[in-house]
Order: sequence, then C-alpha cells, then structure tokens
Amino acid sequence: MTEKSSLTKAELVTLLSTFIDPNLIIADQETQRPYECDGLSMYCQMPLLVVLPETLDQVQGLLKICHQYGIPVVPRGAGTGLCAGAMPDKNGVVLSLAKFNQILDIDPVARMARVEPGVRNLAISEAAAEFGLYYGPDPSSQIACTLGGNVAENSGGVHCLKYGLTVHNILKIKMFTVEGKLISLGCEGLDSAGMDLVALITGSEGLLGVVTEITVKLLPIPEKAQVVMAAFDSVQKAGDAVGQIIAQGIIPAGLEMMDGHAIRAAEDFAKAGYPLDAEALLLCEVDGTKEEVHEHIEQVELAFQQLGAFEVRVSQNEAERALLWKGRKSAFPAVGRISPDYYCMDGTIPRGQLAYVLTEMQKLSEYYGLRVANVFHAGDGNLHPLILFDANIPGEFEKTEEFGARILELCVKVGGCITGEHGVGVEKIRQMHSQFSEQELAQFHAIKDAFDSAGTLNPGKGVPLLRHCQEYRTLEKPAPSGGNH
Amino acid sequence: MADISEELIEQVHHARNAKSPLNIIGGGSKRFYGRDIRGAALSMTEHRGVVSYQPVELVLTARAGTPLVEIEALLNEHQQMLSFEPPLFEGRATLGGTLACNFSGPVRPWGGSVRDQVLGIRLINGKAEHLRFGGQVMKNVAGYDVTRLQAGALGAFGIITEISLKVLPRPAATATLVQEVTMAQAINLMNQRSRESRPLSGACWTDGKLYLRLSGTERAVEGTLKLWSGEELHNADQFWQKLREQKLPFFNSKSELKRLDESAGRLSAGEPLWRFTVKPSSSEILPAGDWLIDWGGAQRWLRGNYDMQELEILAEAAQGQVSCYRGGNRQIDTFHRQPEVLQLIQKRLKAAFDPEGLFNPGRLYSWL
Repeated sequence: MTEKSSLTKAELVTLLSTFIDPNLIIADQETQRPYECDGLSMYCQMPLLVVLPETLDQVQGLLKICHQYGIPVVPRGAGTGLCAGAMPDKNGVVLSLAKFNQILDIDPVARMARVEPGVRNLAISEAAAEFGLYYGPDPSSQIACTLGGNVAENSGGVHCLKYGLTVHNILKIKMFTVEGKLISLGCEGLDSAGMDLVALITGSEGLLGVVTEITVKLLPIPEKAQVVMAAFDSVQKAGDAVGQIIAQGIIPAGLEMMDGHAIRAAEDFAKAGYPLDAEALLLCEVDGTKEEVHEHIEQVELAFQQLGAFEVRVSQNEAERALLWKGRKSAFPAVGRISPDYYCMDGTIPRGQLAYVLTEMQKLSEYYGLRVANVFHAGDGNLHPLILFDANIPGEFEKTEEFGARILELCVKVGGCITGEHGVGVEKIRQMHSQFSEQELAQFHAIKDAFDSAGTLNPGKGVPLLRHCQEYRTLEKPAPSGGNH
Repeated sequence: MADISEELIEQVHHARNAKSPLNIIGGGSKRFYGRDIRGAALSMTEHRGVVSYQPVELVLTARAGTPLVEIEALLNEHQQMLSFEPPLFEGRATLGGTLACNFSGPVRPWGGSVRDQVLGIRLINGKAEHLRFGGQVMKNVAGYDVTRLQAGALGAFGIITEISLKVLPRPAATATLVQEVTMAQAINLMNQRSRESRPLSGACWTDGKLYLRLSGTERAVEGTLKLWSGEELHNADQFWQKLREQKLPFFNSKSELKRLDESAGRLSAGEPLWRFTVKPSSSEILPAGDWLIDWGGAQRWLRGNYDMQELEILAEAAQGQVSCYRGGNRQIDTFHRQPEVLQLIQKRLKAAFDPEGLFNPGRLYSWL
C-alpha cells in the first residue's frame, strides 16, 4: 500500500543506508549536480536523492520503500538521452543503474547475450567480436549509452532500416515492477505466448518498470561492407535517389543524408572529402557476402550517376569507409562548432514528403531567423533537424523550442510522428497532443495505471495530462542553462 | 472493399449495453487456435481492402479483414512481399487474424515476424472508441507500443480495424540445399550456419532431412551453394510452401486424416500438435518424440498425447515455452503457464482496454 509521503530526506537516507552503502547515496547538491539533466541539458532539475545500488536486492528494497511512501523514482542509465527522459523529479530518487555494468553471458552458438542494464551498447559488440558476432542497433551515442536506456527509448541508429530497432533485437527482459516484484518477460525463443509485453516495455521510457537484465540477439558480422557517397546539387534529387534505390529492391544497411549546412560543418570537422558545393549528400552502405556487396554496389553507383549525382565515390578499403562515415557520425559535434548551441529534433516522415518538409522547414527557419542543419536517416524517414541558436541571447531558446514544435507538427501533418528514436520524455510531451487524440492519450494513461497506479515511476514524462483534466496545466518552461552536447 | 468501422463501433456499443461478449472472426482460418469460446460472432470479412500502398515507401496499409492473398498479389506486382511469410490457409487468412495470432512462416528468424513488421494500427477498444496507434513510418517511439502489444493477444484488447506494415523487396534468387542428418546433427548445423554471414532464409529438419534455403542476390546464393554441404533441391518452393501452410506430411499423419475437417480440408481436432519456442541451440527435447524443427531450431513442433505440465517443464529447461497449437482439449489453457504476478498485470492491461471484458474473453487464457 502506498502511504502519503511522510519521510523527510534525512529519514529516507537513514532508511536506505541500512542496506545500501551510504557512499552510494548522494544527498548533497554538489555531487548531485551531474545528475540534474540527461543529454538534453536545457532541461534541468535537482533531485531529492541519487542512489547507485550495487545489487538487485538493493534495487528491490529501494523500490519497495519508495512505493510505500509514494516517492517518485527516475531510473537512469548513462544519461545520454535526448528528451529529458531521465531528468530528475525534485521530490524523487534518481535510481542509477550504472553499477549494473556486467555482460553476464555470451552464447556464440545460439547468438545471444545476456547483459545488465548498465552495459554500454558498444561493449556488447566489442565482447562478441571474437565470435564473429555483433549487436545490431547502433545509436550515435553507442560508445556511452547503456542497454537499459536503449530499451527505455527503443533506440535505433544508422543501420535500422535493415537490422531494426532495439525492439527487434531483444528477446527477453527481467524487470522490477514499481512495487519491487521481479518479473521476466519473453524467452530465449523468438516469441512467447500471448500479448507482447516485451514490445510494450521497449520504448516505455522507464514509466512501467525498472529493467534489470536484457537478453539480446547477436548477428553475424557481415563478410564485407562498402559505402557509396553521392553528392547532389539539390535535396529533391537526393530524395528521389533514395526512393529509386529502394525501388530497385536494395535494402541498404545504412542510407544517410546531410544537407548543405551539415555537409560543410562535417567536412570542416572530419575532413572526410565531402564536396563543399553539394546541397545534399547521400551515404549508402551495403553489407553482406562479398558477392552480394559487389552486385549491389555496382547497382547503387550506377543509379546515383543516372539520378544526377555530380560526384560519386565508392569506398575502396576499410579506412576510406570509416572516413566517409566519420563525417556523418561527427555531424552533431561538428554543427556544435558553427553555433554556440544547437537543438536536435527527431521527427519521422514518409520519405516521399522529404522535399516538401525541407522546403517548409526552410520557410520556418527564415520566419524565426534561426539556421537549421539537417541530418537525416533517409532510409527510414527519420529527420534530425539541428536548430542553431545562442542560449545567451535572451528569449532565443524559447524561440528555438517553438520552431522545433512547429517542425514536429509539420511531421505529423504529412503522416509522420514527433519522435522516431529519441523518445518523448519531458521535451516533446506537449507535442503528444498533435499526434494523439485525448482518447488515445487516455488509453496510454490506462496502460500506465495497469503497471503503476500511483504514478511514481518517472512521473511527468512520456504521456501528457489530458486537456480536460482539472489538474491540466501548462508545463513550466525550464530556464535555458546554455547547455551544449 | 468497404470500410464498415462505423458498424463495428455500433456492434461494440450494442455488446456493451447487452453485456454480451463478442467473438471476433476474420476468415475463420485460425479457429483451432487458443481456447474454445462462446460469444456473439463479430465478422471482419466485410471490413477489407488495401487503404494505401506506396512501394517506394515500403509501407502498406490495409483493413484488418483483407485476405493476405489479396495483399500478396498486389505486392507481387511490384516485386515486393510480406517478409514474414505468414500461412495463407487456403486464402482465408486475414491480415488482422495474422497479427492477432502473430503467425509467421519459415523465414521468421531472418525476415522477422508480423510483430516485427507492423508499424501502426487502428483499434476499437471496449469503450467503442476508435483509436490510432503507431503510424505509417518506420520509426515511431511516441507513446507506448500498443501496436506490437496486439501480436499474439488474440483480440483481447479490442477490434483491430486497420494495420500498416513494412513490406520488403522480393529476393532476386533463391535455392535450397537438402541433406540427410539426425535431429541432433540438424540442430547443430542450423545454428552453425546461422552464425555465418550468408543469405540463409529457412532452416528446417523433418523426416530425417535438413533443408536450408538461401535467398538474396544471384551471386550471393550461387556462392553459398558452392560453399555449403548438401544437394540442391529442385522444385524447392513446393517444400517451403507446404511448410509455411503446415501441410507437410508431418502435419497430416494417417491417424489425423480420419479427423479432417471436410470444409477446410485440414485438422479440426484430435491428436494434439505442440509448438515449442525455445533457444535455437537447445539440444533435443524428448529425442524419441515425433518432431519437426523449424526456424533454425527456435520453433519445434511435436505431435502426440502428452501432459502439458510435463512439456512446460521441458520447454522451460530449453529457455522457452510450449503451447498446444492445435487439437487436444481446447477447454483448458492451451498456452504456456503464466506466473501469478504476470497474470495480474495482463488482467489489468486487458481491463485498461476492455473494462467490461467484451472481446474474446477466455480465448487467450481461461483467466483473461
């Protein structure tokens, strides 16, 4: 039973200290500071406590106490998320799963790995490499982001058109319910009986449970991978080329687009050899057997030439392939160098709407007087417009947020969605109203109630309060902190 | 080719007022699956038709009552396909039923399942609200994944009215290698081949033979044929077609033929057919049993009269689950047992969508 919170901070610390090392209970503001935000540093909030348990029993004990006293719990991985999904609650506990960083088992024969939630995404592929295997989803933050966070956000990456999102690459989840009961969902087969609870938990942003163990699928490392770079003098031509590649029956392992701003920033940063006069650049990676790659690369190269690319380059070796990708992978920090701050959006659109959306975005850019650079998972329609701004100019972040909101509404208008892979968190909670009706949002609340009726797990994230609710209020806009990432 | 969603909503209103549960029926091809239930039949067959299809977007949207054969014919015109190779059941299988049952064919470990490819749905819940979840784009993490939650739920949450899913290009070439091996050897070989970066698209062992299918570019398929052991099987499509439709001799033994359902030409009841979904590398389960191994070892079919509880213990030891797929007693639970805490969560979830228990009560579990 949930009792109304009747514990003071000091009492909670004393209670937790009976079974958790007091050094791992952070109560002072200075040490708590790194936990005040996630990768979206414009949204900050200091928590009541930060706790870093070391054992499952400790996590369970903490959850039971918080449930009993109605204390909010915000689970946290590496804090690389981009939607303020791990922003603390001022009256709550940040439950860091950083200490759960062990790969428990790699089964090379069955091609799966069992990992704790604090394991970094890239660490799995590194550990599996000796068996010729790797883990598919590869978000740009893969060097730092953790699997627990990947499950919470259903993370994607540049290879998801062919290899899927997190939800396609996990088999089994163990998690604590808000009451501290340990449950196991899925199995080591490819599906389980009945409703798909693994899918429901994946992407649920820490609102339904605290994941403690994940069994992931591992894939054979492709025999060969090659990338084709194609430069175009218009976004329209590049967009059409993407459609043509897919119409030819080729599913590239990755198909990425950058616009002029992004190309020039990335080239300046990475010296990848991108043509500086291009208005759009495509990177198309093909992987598989040597024969397959050879056949597809020929087709892709020819198609790009026929579709009006003014420069086409095929990577001739691993070093060249890595260099071509380096530009794309460093596009965000590169854009960070041409502007004091940037704000990354994450809408997804049907590919056919690309030219229209980019044109409309340009109009908005002029209207708001803010530059926008575009990096785009072209294969699966996932846009990452980067709005360039200066947080030190009063009012500019607010203007940026408004611009961002217009972009997301535009994505919904053309049949897309407000977030493809970053999640809703606090950041996009207001835009949920543009994608979903009140009835649909009420259905989401009913799902939340089925797992967490008191609403103490990661409160205030993911699903907005209904407009007709008495409690509905405009979310307070946090003050810009000048953050950059 | 009509949109009858308004009538479907009316039927839900009526069922609410009359407190009378509904039994949602598409093409009726999967009546054998799950528990036998009562309830007023709610037919989806009129609610059919492809709503939108843009080959370049790799996305198709159709009403739930659309037969899969219609969808496949349309995709075929554009050299595309449903990547999960679902059973068509003499043309009666519908898109909605396929999602509700989460049925996928031999390609599943490599091509994904219907659950993997579904992008969005429209659903009428127990309050007769017509809701939309997910969408028509490849990536969408706004809100909970209500779309994939439907896969395998056997209609427990409401009436799925419309489905958007990802489709894929057809492979340019395909070929099959066959070799005589024991079941244990086959399981080893399937797992070994799955570890190679080769265009594997099917791995099945039945009747003492291992069948490995390759699909991809011509050069990739040819190259692999030269590397791997086994004889190339001609007319291999027939084999995979029969496996996909569960019409191989394994699925129709002499003893079962006596109990053929005349209208459908397939089993209606009788000898139980068990479906194991297990860790693909698990060693033989009950070596003396009558088995067919599919999905590279991850899906295993067993025929015969067994005690379900005993099979559940064996399945759990193989890190998986078992269900009584067809035949046997359909009054009792046919899917793998669920711990009490999961039963409670599933009951609450069901109530979140269907507070009055109108949709297919008891079809998935006796307690749901």
